[in-house]
Amino acid sequence: MKITQGQFSFLPDLTPAEIKLQIEYALNNGWAVAIEYTADPHPRNSFWSMWGNPMFDLRDPAGVMMELDSCLAEHSDKYVKVMAFDSKKGWESVRMSFMVNRPAFEPGFELVRQEGPGRELIYTIRSHATSRAPVPEQAL
Amino acid sequence: MDQAVDVKITDMKERYRSGVLKYRQMGYWEPDYEPKDTDVLAVFRITPQDGVDPEEAAAAVAGESSTATWTVVWTDRLTDSEYYRAKAYQVLPVPGTQGQFFAYIAYDLDLFEEGSISNLTASIIGNVFGFKPLKALRLEDMRIPAHYLKTFQGPATGIVVERERLNCFGRPLLGATMKPKLGLSGRNYGRVVYEALKGGLDFTKDDENINSQPFMHWRDRYLYCMEGVNKAMAETGEIKGTYLNVTAATMEDMYERAEFAKRLGSVIIMIDLVIGYTAIQSMAKWARRNDMILHLHRAGHSTYTRQKNHGVSFRVIAKWMRMAGVDHIHAGTVVGKLEGDPAVISGIYDTCRENHTKQDLTRGLFFDQPWASLKKLMPVASGGIHAGQMHQLLTYLGEDVVLQFGGGTIGHPDGIQSGAIANRVALECMVKARNEGRDIWNEGPQILSEAAKWCRPLRAALDTWKDVTFNYASTDSVDYVPTPTASS
Repeated sequence: MKITQGQFSFLPDLTPAEIKLQIEYALNNGWAVAIEYTADPHPRNSFWSMWGNPMFDLRDPAGVMMELDSCLAEHSDKYVKVMAFDSKKGWESVRMSFMVNRPAFEPGFELVRQEGPGRELIYTIRSHATSRAPVPEQAL
Repeated sequence: MDQAVDVKITDMKERYRSGVLKYRQMGYWEPDYEPKDTDVLAVFRITPQDGVDPEEAAAAVAGESSTATWTVVWTDRLTDSEYYRAKAYQVLPVPGTQGQFFAYIAYDLDLFEEGSISNLTASIIGNVFGFKPLKALRLEDMRIPAHYLKTFQGPATGIVVERERLNCFGRPLLGATMKPKLGLSGRNYGRVVYEALKGGLDFTKDDENINSQPFMHWRDRYLYCMEGVNKAMAETGEIKGTYLNVTAATMEDMYERAEFAKRLGSVIIMIDLVIGYTAIQSMAKWARRNDMILHLHRAGHSTYTRQKNHGVSFRVIAKWMRMAGVDHIHAGTVVGKLEGDPAVISGIYDTCRENHTKQDLTRGLFFDQPWASLKKLMPVASGGIHAGQMHQLLTYLGEDVVLQFGGGTIGHPDGIQSGAIANRVALECMVKARNEGRDIWNEGPQILSEAAKWCRPLRAALDTWKDVTFNYASTDSVDYVPTPTASS
């Protein structure tokens, strides 16, 4: 299955040139760009691994692209996303988030239904990625 | 002794002689008054009866919306009545409209109970709209001082936290109202929810009049809807929601429905404006306590917001609802099937979303309005919009908005999922193009048709609705005179 989180998951994969234009947009708005990666894209997995801190002092899109390339070189089999953080008063959170890499095979999720009284169901979404036996040094 | 009818009587013995005085003589017209930072300010559009001069009419509005009655009462002298009287301090003719005036009135903060929209509105719009010396009256705008705002909870969740909970950033959210809005069984209804969410929408929505009818009782609807929501989440990896309408006859019923929605894991519930201000505030407090996003459908508002000379402007309703604490409010589409002048809508959207709304008469904003860190209220654009308008919607409404395509999703020729895909692709390609610096206002149709080359559902949507527009004159537009600039 294809996971469709982020701003551009319904479009064809962004080329490096297109990714750079989005990074420029973030930097022009004064936002800090960050790169995060994971093997477990559960919809409520808020904290993917950080590829370093958000790059508060890096204002050059080419520099961000170099960081992205190094991250992709190490984590080509994982989900990787580019994010932009806005520290301005009244926002102080994420402004952009889009995926730039995904594993060749996306294991997806199982919907677990636990029957309760009165036809009620307790739903659990379980990542197939985490239901497999742990692999040494596999970052989640 | 003849009293001048147009000035305040300062001799106390004269002032409190039994009988009837003009409102100006009673002290409700104070042209020299300088509003305090702590005052609640209101601007009304007044249409006095023939022969009633505008200052007297403004004074009457101030009087009837604060302390006055029709005759002199000696009991005024038991209190500091000067302090409690609202003061009309400015009257300006409405540009280009005979017989109508903007009346500015200041109310002391002590006239109002803290944190109560019902109390505020009982004064400001309580009695005065039926007042005989006026042909018509409209509350155009208000300035709520920060001191008073701070006594209100504000949106239970707010735009930023809603986005964090939904894990959705940098693009408008997408929704759809389930159609037909009445008559589906719970099982069939849940099918529509599932198809739309699976296709790519973030939200689906009950309509305003879906409560608990013979064809579908509320528990059945909630159970099938949450099956659809969770199935779509597992199949897309995205957080999804469906606005479960908890509107009901009593607060007890609404709490029961809200608790059930929470137990089933819904991220959002919904209420209608017709439940009333007190019920809205109660549900907002419940939503804050229970980590629930609270959607407000503005059912009924057009009965008093649409005509320029009568009622309450929607920008005031939006202000009250941000104070009352809802998280979503239907606020106009500009291009869709429902009333919406672009300038007026832009002013309303800013009222919902900004930290500080600046005075801007061209957009109907009569006052500077600081928001004192009340959370931001997400505007919702719903009613007769479709994928082919995406460049216009993004330009007019910006990024922090829920775009709701009901017919524009469910009416797609290839099915509901295709309708959702078309909308999501149109949205993503337009946001991407905007961020890339392209001129989406002019290049929008081209950007859409480029995407339609590889996305068949979008092609079908564009072909189906290409000629659909709703070009009617707005009844609620802004009346102002542009300030001449040095160069003009």
